[in-house]
Parts: sequence; structure tokens; C-alpha cells
Amino acid sequence: MIHFQNVTKRYGEFTAIDNLTIDIYEREFYALLGPSGCGKTTLMRMLAGFETPTEGKIFLAGQDIAPVPPNKRAVNMMFQSYALFPHLSIWENIAFGLKREKMPKHDINDRVEEMLRLTRLEKFARRKPHQISGGQRQRVALARSLAKHPKLLLLDEPLGALDKKLRQDTQFELMDIQEKTGTTFVIVTHDQEEAMTVASRVAVMDHGKIIQVSTPDRIYENPNSVYVADFIGDVNLIEGTAKLNGSDSYAMSWHEGHAPLSIKSPNAFSDGQKCHLAIRPEKVAISADQPAEADNAVQGRILDIAYLGNISTYHVELPTGAVIKAQTANTRRIARRAFTWEDTVWLSWTATAGVLLAD
Amino acid sequence: MNRMSWFNAVSLTLGFAFLYIPMVILVIFSFNESKLVTVWAGFSTKWYGELLENEAFLNAAWVTIKVAVFSSTMATVLGTIAAYVLVRGGRFMGRTLFSGMIYAPLVMPEVITGLSLLLLFIGIGLDRGVFTIVLAHTTFAMCYVSVVVSSRLVTFDRSLEEAALDLGCSPAEAFRLVTLPIIAPAVISGWLLAFTLSLDDLVIASFTSGPSATTLPIKIFSAVRLGVSPEINALSTIMISIVTVGVITASLVTKHQVARQKREEQAAERA
Repeated sequence: MIHFQNVTKRYGEFTAIDNLTIDIYEREFYALLGPSGCGKTTLMRMLAGFETPTEGKIFLAGQDIAPVPPNKRAVNMMFQSYALFPHLSIWENIAFGLKREKMPKHDINDRVEEMLRLTRLEKFARRKPHQISGGQRQRVALARSLAKHPKLLLLDEPLGALDKKLRQDTQFELMDIQEKTGTTFVIVTHDQEEAMTVASRVAVMDHGKIIQVSTPDRIYENPNSVYVADFIGDVNLIEGTAKLNGSDSYAMSWHEGHAPLSIKSPNAFSDGQKCHLAIRPEKVAISADQPAEADNAVQGRILDIAYLGNISTYHVELPTGAVIKAQTANTRRIARRAFTWEDTVWLSWTATAGVLLAD
Repeated sequence: MNRMSWFNAVSLTLGFAFLYIPMVILVIFSFNESKLVTVWAGFSTKWYGELLENEAFLNAAWVTIKVAVFSSTMATVLGTIAAYVLVRGGRFMGRTLFSGMIYAPLVMPEVITGLSLLLLFIGIGLDRGVFTIVLAHTTFAMCYVSVVVSSRLVTFDRSLEEAALDLGCSPAEAFRLVTLPIIAPAVISGWLLAFTLSLDDLVIASFTSGPSATTLPIKIFSAVRLGVSPEINALSTIMISIVTVGVITASLVTKHQVARQKREEQAAERA
């Protein structure tokens, strides 16, 4: 439905968006994820019409939208600050866009009531924005931007101002509303958990470029670069050189005096190529004795234990000085924990647990 | 609460005495029975009565009010537009120069402003009267309005206007329906400032007024040159009370609004 074709945006010397080509499909919940300053907000503001690309074209439903001003686009935006009109009541805020369309009065009434029901704000219709709480304001902003039946809804860090508990509830509400209305949602966020929870596809951005676009599970399990692996979640990175060992198996030598690690990888590497093994902490097992039939096993000393209640993360120092994180679920009570600081333990993982990435 | 120290109490008393003793004396003597300004001869309100029969004063007062209303309204419209363009207009050529130039008339000696306007009016052959005073007051009050309004616009959340555009407003509608209602308090205080400035201006008005129109400050000034009469005291007392009532009302209204907003916000947080 949306097609960015070689879009570049420059502010003087600074390139915010660098020759970017992406597609966003109908009824999709698409997340733009990246650190601040990576160009994700610029990308969204170009969709809304507040910025124009320096080069390239943006198509919405096959039509080039460059000459269309923001007020003529079938695109609505939910602002990071919510941008509720302080001088109007909640009801009037939601009706604002409908009134501009010259919609008949009783249709406006029906639509506003519907939006109030959808966002559970019926009780607050007569209040002013400063008379309601932060979570309610966020729902008003959502209702206002959805009221006009946009083909595309843009959400700019919509949940940034909410506390964690409220944010989690609202994420599910957002997904619910997206399913009910069938609108295409594009969300901008720097919170990877939020992107993973709500989105059907996630685009990871850095320095004005898209690094990887995929479903949340593929982004997490099969990152295509060290940057994505490191940005999404927690990861151990082990540097080494690859050596082909079977059809799609590699032996990665990583430190003198240690057996090479055996890794299965669909990505092809040439012999002697520098590479990184990216492995998630929860895929590393920890045990007191040397595991009998593990593909990879290394010995180390527990440096630190981060106890998070449901899980614990063990920081294990290898004889090489590298620190590997291993995560286990705390299925037993803490008093029965098997390991403690300074214990010597074995870390092990299977050949398929990690991803081999080029430098 | 801390008791006020001896030094602070004296400073406060002296300061306020310095500010208000002249005015208090003026008010007292406006109720003086005697025509002599310096001799107290008993209480009377007869000067107020005589004031009401003084055609010249009443005419001047009427001219002053007309000038103040028209010029402050025009200054508010022009000043608001100027402020909007300077704050929002993006980076056009010479923007910094324009922003600097809008402040220049604030520091320009009034004599120079008045003189230059007088030369202009003579140059284009405009007869001096109410119209020229209105033009002159608009010119200098506009700068004050634009300073007041632009300081509000600088803190104005730009995304509110973008939200209005996003919801289908043309830029003009966005200004009328969103920006203007929100900056209204600044625009109103700009108007009030322009109104007061016009009301008490003597220098510029005396350059630009003609025989057909005299404002109250000019009238008072010329009357005083012939000697201070209790009538002037009465007139000044009336002006002082109008200003006092205005200021007190305005601050009570603001205080009330702030208190109400605070209460409502607290209620919202609890809910």
C-alpha cells in the first residue's frame, strides 16, 4: 500500500534518510525501530506530509503523495505529545477532524460516540484534556486520529509517556483496535519490547538506513547483522574465523588453546573469513559438570548473578577473559539455587542455538 | 512564618511611600473645597461636578478613548501577524534583521518617533487629526503587541498546529481554530498594553495631533502650564481609580483561573 522509492532526506549536510526503499502492506502493524536520531521520525513525518523527501518518491495506494498537503491526505497521525487541543473538550477534540469534512451533524455524533466507546472514554466526553489522566489522554489522541477512518495511522512513540504497567495494557489495546478497525498502523518507537509486542513486521533502522525488515521472531532469532543482534534483546557476541566443516556446518576458531566452536549456519562463509557468533543468553545452558554430549562446552567462573525474580542471568568469565551471559528460569526457590559467586561452571549450547554473522 | 526584620520593614515603608505619596496627595486635594491647590479648606466634590460640565475635557476624553480603541485594535492585528510570521515563518531572507527591527521602536526616543511621523504626514499631505494619532499609536504599539505575542508563540507546541493540519484544516483554519484560541490570553494582554500606552501617550500625540483633535494627556499638560487646578486633580483621581479597578479585576480573574485549573488537574490525577 505504501511504497518508498529511493527516498533520501537531507538537512543541509546531514542525511536523515539515506536512499531508502521499503514497502508497507495493507492491514499491517509496521514498527520502525531504532535509536534516537536514526531517521525513523523523519520517515513518519514524510508520510504525514510535514516533511518532503529531498530525492525519491513516496506512493500511497499507487499515487505519488509528494504534492498532496497534509490536510488532504488519508493519513492521520497520533503525536508523541498527543497534541490534544487544550481549549476543546474531549468530545470536540474527537469531532474536530469530522467537522472539517463537513460531515452531517448526526453522523458526527454517531462517529464520536463510537470512538468514545472503542476507547472506553464515554464518561469523559465533556472534560477538557487537562482534566483527565495521562493514559486517558493517550486514548483520546488515538480516538481523534482514528475518527476519520484513515487508510493509514501513524503513531509517533505513542506510549512513551506512560508507566510500564499502563504501557503493557495499552499495547494490547492498540493491537485489539488495529484488528477491529483494519487500519494500517505504522508505529515509531525506540523501545524494542514494544515493537516486538505490537508489530506484525519490524524494521530496524540505523543512520537513515533500514538494516532489517522482518517479523518479530525472525528479527530476534535470525538477525542479519551484528547491529540488529545487539540492538534487539541481550546477546553474547564471540568473534572468530570460520572454517567450512561439512555442508552447512562451520568450525569457528575463536581463541588459541580452545577447541573450535561447531556451528550450523545457512549463511555461507569462506574459509578464514572473520565472523561473529551471536547467541542469546537463554540459549546457553549452565551446569556444574561437563555436559556429556553438547556441541559446544566451555568452562568458566561465575562473576555476577543478576536475579530478576522469574529468571537469573549469570555472568560467566572464561579463562580468555571474555564474559558470557547465561540465563535460566528460576523454576525452584532461590534458597535451592545450585550456583553461587566464584563457582566454576560449564556453559554449553547446541550447534543451531546461535547465528553466525559476517563482520 | 519569619517576622520581618527591622531593616526590611523600613525599606518597604520607604519604597511604597516614595511610590504612592504623590498620588495620595493628588487624590486628597481633588476633594479640596478651595481653588488653591496647596491650602486645605474642607471636603467637597464640587470639582467633579465642574469637570462634567467642562466641554473641552469631555471632548478630549472622548477622542482619547476613540484613539486608544482603534489604535490598539489595529496594533493587535498587525502585531499578532508580525509575531506569527517571525516565529513561524521559517528561515526567510533577513529574518534576523526583521526580528531586530521590530524591537527598535521600543528603545527609540518617543520624540524621534513623533517627529518622523510628523514629517511623514506633512510630506504626504495628510491633515493632522484623530486619524493621524490613530496611525501613530498603531505604529508604536504594534511593536509591544508583537513582543508579547511572540514570547507566547515561542513556547507554543508546534505539534498542535500539525495535528490540526493532519485532521484536515487548511493552514488558515488551523490558525483560526487552534492557534488563536490558545494564544488568546497573550493577544488580549497585548491589546490591553497597547490600549494603556495609547491612553497615556503625550509626546507622540502632541506631534501628530492637529487643532481638530486633542487627547486628554495633551489637554491636561497644556492646562497645567496655566496652573494646576483642582479640576485636573479630580480628573486624575478618576483615571487612577479606573486603572486600579482594571488591574485588580484582571489579577483576580487570573488568580481564580489558575486556582481552578490546578484543582481540576489534581482531580484528574486522583481519578
